Formats: sequence, C-alpha cells, structure tokens
Amino acid sequence: MTDWPILSTVTFLPAVGALLLLLIRGEGPAARRNVYWVSLWTTLITFVLSLGIWWDFDYSAAGFQFVEKREWFGGISYAMGVDGISMLFVILTTFLMPFCIVASKWSIEKRFREYMIAFLVLETLMIGVFCALDLVVFYVFFEGGLIPMFLIIGVWGGPRRVYASFKFFLYTLAGSVLMMLAIMAMYYEAGTTDIALLLDHSFPAGMQTWLWIAFFASFAVKMPMWPVHTWLPDAHVEAPTAGSVILAGILLKMGGYGFLRFSLPMFPLASADFAPFVFTLSVVAIIYTSLVALMQTDIKKLIAYSSVAHMGFVTMGIFTMNPQGIQGALFQMLSHGIVSGALFLCVGVIYDRMHTREISAYGGLVNRMPAYAVAFLVFTMANVGLPGTSGFVGEFLTMLGAFRANTWVAFFAATGVILSAAYALWLYRRVVFGALEKPSLKGMFDLSVREKAIMIPLVLLTILFGVYPMPVFDVTAVSVDNLIANYQAALSAAGRLALLAP
Amino acid sequence: MYQAIVFLPLIGSIIAGLVALFGSHRAAMAHAPREGLAHGHGDHGHGHAAPVGGGAVVHGTHHEPADSHDDHGHGRDDHGHHHAAPGSRPAELVTTGLLLVSAVLSWVAFLTVGFGGAETVRIPVLPWIASGTLSVDWAFRIDTLTAMMLVVVTTVSSLVHLYSIGYMSHDEHRPRFFAYLSFFTFAMLMLVTSDNLLQMFFGWEGVGVASYLLIGFWFQRPSANAAAIKAFVVNRVGDFGFVLGIFAIFVMFNSIEFDTIFANVSDVAGQKMHFLSWDVDALTVICLLLFVGAMGKSAQFLLHTWLPDAMEGPTPVSALIHAATMVTAGVFMVARMSPLFEMSPTALTVVTLIGATTAFFAATVGLVQNDIKRVIAYSTCSQLGYMFVGLGVGAYSAGVFHLFTHAFFKALLFLGAGSVIHAVSGEQDMRKMGGLRKHIPITYWTMAIGTLALTGFPFTAGYFSKDAIIESAFASHNPVAPYAFLMTVVAALFTSFYSWRLVFLTFHGKPRASAEVMSHVHESPLVMTIPLFVLAVGAVFAGMVFSGAFIGEGYDAFWRGALFTGAENHILHERHEVPFWVVWSPFVMMALGFVVAFLFYIVSPDTPRRLAAQHEPLYRFLLNKWYFDEIYDFLFVRPAKWLGRFLWKKGDGWLIDGFGPDGISARVVDVTRGVVRLQTGYLYHYAFAMLIGIAVLITWFMFAR
Repeated sequence: MTDWPILSTVTFLPAVGALLLLLIRGEGPAARRNVYWVSLWTTLITFVLSLGIWWDFDYSAAGFQFVEKREWFGGISYAMGVDGISMLFVILTTFLMPFCIVASKWSIEKRFREYMIAFLVLETLMIGVFCALDLVVFYVFFEGGLIPMFLIIGVWGGPRRVYASFKFFLYTLAGSVLMMLAIMAMYYEAGTTDIALLLDHSFPAGMQTWLWIAFFASFAVKMPMWPVHTWLPDAHVEAPTAGSVILAGILLKMGGYGFLRFSLPMFPLASADFAPFVFTLSVVAIIYTSLVALMQTDIKKLIAYSSVAHMGFVTMGIFTMNPQGIQGALFQMLSHGIVSGALFLCVGVIYDRMHTREISAYGGLVNRMPAYAVAFLVFTMANVGLPGTSGFVGEFLTMLGAFRANTWVAFFAATGVILSAAYALWLYRRVVFGALEKPSLKGMFDLSVREKAIMIPLVLLTILFGVYPMPVFDVTAVSVDNLIANYQAALSAAGRLALLAP
Repeated sequence: MYQAIVFLPLIGSIIAGLVALFGSHRAAMAHAPREGLAHGHGDHGHGHAAPVGGGAVVHGTHHEPADSHDDHGHGRDDHGHHHAAPGSRPAELVTTGLLLVSAVLSWVAFLTVGFGGAETVRIPVLPWIASGTLSVDWAFRIDTLTAMMLVVVTTVSSLVHLYSIGYMSHDEHRPRFFAYLSFFTFAMLMLVTSDNLLQMFFGWEGVGVASYLLIGFWFQRPSANAAAIKAFVVNRVGDFGFVLGIFAIFVMFNSIEFDTIFANVSDVAGQKMHFLSWDVDALTVICLLLFVGAMGKSAQFLLHTWLPDAMEGPTPVSALIHAATMVTAGVFMVARMSPLFEMSPTALTVVTLIGATTAFFAATVGLVQNDIKRVIAYSTCSQLGYMFVGLGVGAYSAGVFHLFTHAFFKALLFLGAGSVIHAVSGEQDMRKMGGLRKHIPITYWTMAIGTLALTGFPFTAGYFSKDAIIESAFASHNPVAPYAFLMTVVAALFTSFYSWRLVFLTFHGKPRASAEVMSHVHESPLVMTIPLFVLAVGAVFAGMVFSGAFIGEGYDAFWRGALFTGAENHILHERHEVPFWVVWSPFVMMALGFVVAFLFYIVSPDTPRRLAAQHEPLYRFLLNKWYFDEIYDFLFVRPAKWLGRFLWKKGDGWLIDGFGPDGISARVVDVTRGVVRLQTGYLYHYAFAMLIGIAVLITWFMFAR
C-alpha cells in the first residue's frame, strides 16, 4: 500500500470526467460520440482503479483502511476510508456505471452531454457516501446525490417526470433534515464528527433513542421501507433506464449502509429496542409489496415493488444482529444491485424498441428475442431467489438470521419466497412466453452487440456469485464480526445482554 | 468418478444450450438493422414494419391441421413443421452420449457401494457459503442411498434422452429440449449426491426450474405456461416449509451437514425448541417442516394439484421428471433424514396419514380420467403416497425400494403412452383410441408388462415393493397404520382397475379414431422402442433381483446405515409375520381390479357409461379431481389478487400517498391559497382586521388576567 490517496482518486475521477465533458461543444453526431466515449472511458478507468482498492484490501483488518484525513473547518475534517462493510459498495458503484453509460447510448436523445455530466457527478457523490469517514462529509455526499438524480428524473424522465422527481426529492429531503439535526446533536455531545471516533463514543441511552429515530427517518426513506416507499415506484417508472439502474442498484443501498455504519454501532441500545419495530416493518414490506407487485400492469413498477420487498429482507437481516443476518443483508444488497439493475436494463431493452412499459403490450418475445429471453430468465430467477443465483444467498442468510432472532419473522418472510415466485414468473410469462400475436412486436430484433455486452457480464456475475459467493464473505466477515462484537459489548455494558447465542 | 457422473450432464446441457441459443439468436437477427438514434421509431423496423426473417423462429401461428397426414404429426403436441434448429443432431448426440457415460459410471458406483462394501465417501468440490458458524460446501456424499438414486436418475434419464431423439424428431427446438433435459439431470444428481441440506435445496429448486422450463417447453401454448407457473409456485409452497426446516436444523444442530446432523441426533432428541409462539419438540418441528417440502415436490395430498397439469410438457419429460425422478425427491429426502424422522413418532404418523390419503385420493381420481397421460399422472401421485406410507410406518427401505421399482415401470408406462400418442397423431384422449394392439405390438406388450408391474402381478417389480409396503402398514404400531393399510389395499384395487382400463381402452376393442388417423398408425422407430425394452426388463426383474438387498436378508450389508432404523424398529421382520389374508389381499385386489376392468371395457363397454350416469354427482366429483383447483382458486388465488389490488389502490394510493406526500402538498396548496386570498389589497380590510385584533387584546388583558 502506498500513500497515494486511492479513495479520493476513485471518488473524484468521474467529476474530472464531467469537467472534460464541459469542454465538448456542439450537438452533432460527432460531439455525441465524443461525449459517449469520454464518459465511458471515465467510468471504465474508475472501475479498474477501484479494483485496486479490492486488490490491496486487507481481509484480516476490522478497522478502516486507505484512510485519508485533512483538516477542513471547525473541527470537521475531510476524512475518507473503507472497511469490509463499505468497500464492496464502492466497487458495486463503479461496476454499474459503465453499464449505465452504454445503456444510454441511443435512448437519450436530448441534452446528451448534460445527461452524462449528471451521471458522472452522481457517481462521484455516490462513491463519496461509501468512503466518507466524517459525518459532515457523509452528509454532503448523501444529500448532494439527490440533485443529479432529481435532474435525471426531472429532465430525462417520462411523462409524469416532474411529479415523480419532486416526490422523490421531498420524501428523501424530509428524512434527511432530521438526520442533519441529529448530526448537530452528536457534534455537541461528542465534540467531533469523525466517524471512527464516534464509533467508540457511547451516547447516553436516552439520547440514542432520539438519534436513532432521526437517522432512521432518513435511511428508511432511502431504503425504502414500508410505509415510506411510495416514491420509489413513481421514480422508477419515470426515470430513464440508467436512472432506474442507479436508483435500484446504488441509491437504495445507502439506507442499508447507513444502518450498518451508524444506527447499529453508534446507537446499539436503541437498535436493540427498535429491532422488533424494524422486523415488523420489514415483514409487512415483504408481504405487502409482493402482493402489490402481483397486480401491477407496468413492468417497471412491478420491479420497483419487488425491490421494496427485497429491501425488506435487508432491513430484517441487519437488525437480527447475528453474522448470518448481517452478512446476508450485505450480500443481498450487492446482489440486488446487480440483479435489479440488470432487470431494469432488460426493461430498457424492450422499452427502446417499443416505447411502452405496459405488460399487456408485450407477449411472446421469446419468438423473436431468444437471447433476451435467456438473460431475462436468469435475472428473473435471481429475483425469485433461486439457489445457484446470487439472489438466493442473501435471501437465505437473512431468513436464517431472522429465524435465529425470532421464528415468527422468518415464518412471514418466507412467505415472500412463494409470492416472489408468483409475481416474477407471471411477469415473465406475460412478457416473454406465448405466441407472438401482436403485429407491433413482429419487427422486434434480438439483442444487439451493445446490448449483449451489457447482459453477458451481468448474467455471468449473477451466476458466479450464486455458486461462489466467497469473495464477498471474505471481505465482509471480519468487519461484520467486529460490528457484532462491539454491539454485544455495548449491550452487556449496559447490563442488557439477554440470551444472545454466538 | 462422481464428479464425472454429476458434471457430464451439466456439460452436455451447456453445450446444447449454447447451440440452441446461437441458432435461434442468429435466426432472429437476420436482417436486423444497425442501432442508432430512432427519430420516429418506424424508421428501421422498430415498431410496426414486420420484416419477418429467419422463419425458423416464427412459427406456430399458422399451424395447419393438414399436418396430420404426416406420419409423425403430434397434433396436440403442436409442433409446427419447420426445419429443425441448426445443430440439432450434434446437440442430441452430445447430451445423450454424455448421459450414457454417466449412467454406466453410476452402475459401477452402485455395485461398488451397494454390493462391494465401499465406505461412505465425502468429496468436497468448492466452498459455498461461510458466515459465522454456518459453513456450507459444494460436496458429494456417496452412500448406498445416493448410489441407488444415481442409478435410477441416470438410467431413466439416458433412456429418456435416447427416446426423445425419436419422439422429438419433428420439433424445431431440439437443442433447447436436450439442454433442459440434461440440466434437469444435473440438478437431480446434485440433489441426491448432496452432503448438506443447502446443496440438496439447490438441487431441489434446480429440478423445479428444469421442470418449469420443460412443462412450458411449448411456450406458445397458454395452458403449458399456466401449468409451468403452477408447478413452480405450488412447489414453492413446499419449499417454504423446507427452508424453515433447514433453519430449524441449523438452530438445533449448528450445522446443516448430514454427517454432523446424524451424529448429534441423540443429543437433540427430546429437546424443546421455541417455534413461533410455542415450545415444541424440536425434531418433530424439523421433520414436519421438511415434510412440507417433500409434500410439494412429491405432489402429496393438498399440494398435489400441479402434477396432473404438468402433463402439458412433452411426454418424455413426464416420464423422467414427473414419474421416475423429480417427484420422488421428497421420498428421497425423508429417507435421507430417516435418523431424524425415526426419533419423531408424531412426524411419522403425519407422513403415514398424508401418504395413505394421497394413495387413495389419487387412485379415485385416476379411475375416471380420459386423458391417457393424466391417468398415469394420478397413478404416479398415488404410488408416491404408497412410498410415504412405507416411510411413515418405519419401513424406509420398503418405501425406497418402491421408489426404485416404480421408476422403471412408471417411466415405461409414460414412454409407452408417448409411443401411443406418437402413433395416433398426438391424440391423448383414450375415448378416441382403441384397437391399437395389432398396429403397435411392441408398445402394447411393453406397456402390458409395465401395467403388470404397477398392479403388482406376482414376481414383477411392483409385486415385491408394493406388497412390502402394504404388509408393513399392517404390521406397524403406528396409530394410523390400520387406516394406511385399508387405504393402500383399496388403492391397490383402484390401481389395478384404472391401469387395465387404460390398456383396454387404448389397445383393445374397436378403433374409435378416425379412419385417417388409423391409416397412419405405426410402430415407433427403434430409438424409441429400445428404451421401452430396457425398461420392460427392469419392470420385470428389478424386484426379483434386488428385493433381497433392499428389504430382505441383505438389508444390513446393503444399506450399511444409509437408512436409519431405531433399535425398536423391527418392521421388516414383523411384516413376515402378518396373517395369511393380509399377504394375499393385494393380489386379490389386483385380480379383482383386472376382472372388473375386463368386464367394463371388454365384455360390456356400456356399463361404465351407465354407472357414471347413475352416480352423476360422484362421477363429476372424481372427474373434477375433488374440485381442488376450484377450491384453491377461491381460497388463495383470488384473495391474493384482490388483496394485491386493494393494497395498491387503497393502501398505497389512498392511505399512504393521500395522507402522505400528496395530501400534505395539497394542504400546503390550500393554505397558501387561503393566505393569498387574505391579501385583498383593500386598506379597510386591513384596518378592520387590526381593530378586531386590538379588541381581542384588550378584552384578554381586562378579563383573562
């Protein structure tokens, strides 16, 4: 490991790419091509660089690595660093971005350069969220990410884009305001906003409750948890394909990451108190949104609702406070990032051809699009949680964790296994199977080379992580064990350690 | 060697799958335009223009009835007659060849493990999941039970592959079909070779997916698609129990590997565990949860509804998946977990009860079905019930032995039925068959052998295994054993009746098919009849040759602990001490069923019709399968849809959005509108407001203080 600030480099490289894009003028095909290639290369280089983080990552260390720290103002410093919990989210972000760029190559017709700038800025902000080691820096990145996403939905979205973008923005902002208050309170109490220091600080029990609620408000909306999930279907439906990919793939993970980074280790007593509450919301989310997904007529909305259900497994897993639950939740987030992103890309493929997302407008696509049907099948099965795909591992572990915490929770969550099969396969049948009867579909062609370049890596990765998820567990194991050990230590210090099996 | 057995089918599947994918993709991409910005998307065929290229893929929409003059027209199987997908022949040969190799190796394994006395081996392949104390590997664990399943799976599968070369010869999607078949075989092998519950679950779901794909193989048919989804979802209901069972095992044993579990059963036995709101016996909970999974996969009573519908798939699929292998996975699982089940009398009672009920229920429905495949499907369901009765009364080896013999004769019956369907241009309704005996003699004789074996004719395969189950049920001390005995004996009568009814309706009497169809009736090609011969040999000799090892004097040397029987469990000896009439009852029932069927369908073919008319309600009840589909639709499907719509429109739309973001923004707009209205701009309005304010203030100062 050198002193080279690799985290800052990875974080701000996309922003540099965005600056480069500003230099490109004109609207013609040539300018468009330049914009495309600059963006693509920026994201690709960022991705390759970020792999360097994984390469140099020390699996046996529980603390933060690659730490950078510069004084900023008033005791607040610009601090970056990753541990086993955050590192893979950085990789996931940089991994998904090139797909977004490639997927947008033709589907965005107006303001192509501005669109790409928004995406690159968004990438910087998202990576920053996962790397930040100072609460204020975290908050800046966390909230800053709203702006490019707001623009992406509001400018390049569908017909109801303005409603959707405002709903998205206000919902998330409302939650975040409370978080800001909590951050201030923490600063006054602990005298620092450095996350590494705050992790060792134990807040008084009464204060923990309020802080926990404030953070929860923000993360629950981001997640999104039932009942504050209603912005998500609207946002997904209106967002352009790549916007949906990022939304489902990365932005939703910030909530789960927040729980793991702040709520659990900093407010352990409150987390223990609220765990039943979170379980309830998670289980309701799993069953409720699965049922709602069953009846959707819009493909994207259906996948959006299924995302909420899958995030229910994540929140459930996080608050089980055992290694299976938390590692399962982490894995579920990564897997969902790949799978739901891929599903939205699949929708994008047919949307680009037909310009509709109505399920009833499709049917029998396999006749004309066999390769597409295969890719879509793999992702559908991963969404259903089929063993051998990445979707299974997380679902299984979170439910196992939940079973250890409370059998009722696992019992209800397991009904999600049935419901997810119902809605996902029904969707697949209505879109892909059947005879090709609608005249409008008869001119469809199968995946182009560009689309294959998108689908093939995602298919391979989905299966790889289903069969051999160990790389992920190797990274997360030590940090998660450390998290749980600290959590239990805090509880026993407060004399509250009830029966907690290893 | 075991790696080869398991992974050769996977390799074949991948090769065939790629062949299928490349072929259809290239056909679909013929004349595809270059990508570009779609200004007005009609430009290059997106949207409305329909340059139909690569006719290999567009098909079925213009299926012509005139096809039936083709010798091999499958009518109901609905093959469009187009040129086959490129690479069909290599794909067939590769998958079939690899499967044959796998089958030969399996027999070697079976003989070395079962009769050569080789130790139980564990072969790790790759680590899979490690989290906390949970650690699971991809690994093989080979004991006699596994070796026996290897033989069943690979033998039937390779024969079905071979048979399919002939049966599917006019299908244009052959590479895809063989890819699915081989993938299924791989998943099934993973299931039976697994050394832990999670890998078993992988195989469990893998065969579920393969079954889903194969049932829906003719994806243009809505009924096939519906049946495929139904099969998957109903199986998932079972899986719901299975995963909870795995969790419970992990909580109690702190491991999900078989060796660890079996070694610690005695510690857990008798312990309580907190499940939902109750403290209950841990092993009973575990076994019952696992059994729910077995019920789903093995189509037991209440979760059986998917199996008859699964007959939408091509007939070789029915033979392989829905008769010989996949549906027996539940039986295999219970047998595998016998060390746990043996410790829980309650669980065994439930297994017996469900098994006996299924055996009876499915047999009653089988009596009146007219579709040749459905009769065999219900027969399968019923026979699976027998197997569970065997397991439930503690005679695990008898249940497993029936699994073994059943695989041969039921696969034979299905393949025979396929051969019949093939001969009569795809007709599946037995009322439109008859008199085929002379035209397709090989099919007739092999099916007759299969029927003899199924009904338990002395010294055929079924005779040994089925009678062992019935006798064990009588000898058992299980509280529901008398019920099980009664049900299985009655079911034996029904089995004999519907099996012979099938044979008589199909092969005897006067031809009821149209003259045109009859003129094309032909015996199947050699590639299809060879599997029939092989299976017929198995149906005759599998019982005789292996009964000693499975359930007789060779029991201990053969199983060597692969099946666990407690110290108190002497069922296999006790079954020899049952009274004389018990031993003869299955035989009598078989003979009786034959005679009744002979009277009904050969001597006076009018009787059944009259009988049905006389007992119209009962007939309808049976014909409609006890109305299970309707009841489930009413109880589950429609409420789920209603609830989904309700939660969406009312929950999300009215409640959350209405009182949340939309409501708040609407209120904000209302308030601002009100505030705007206050600003009238007239000075006297403001002055008046100020006056009122002053008045209120003064009043407050004067009186309220």
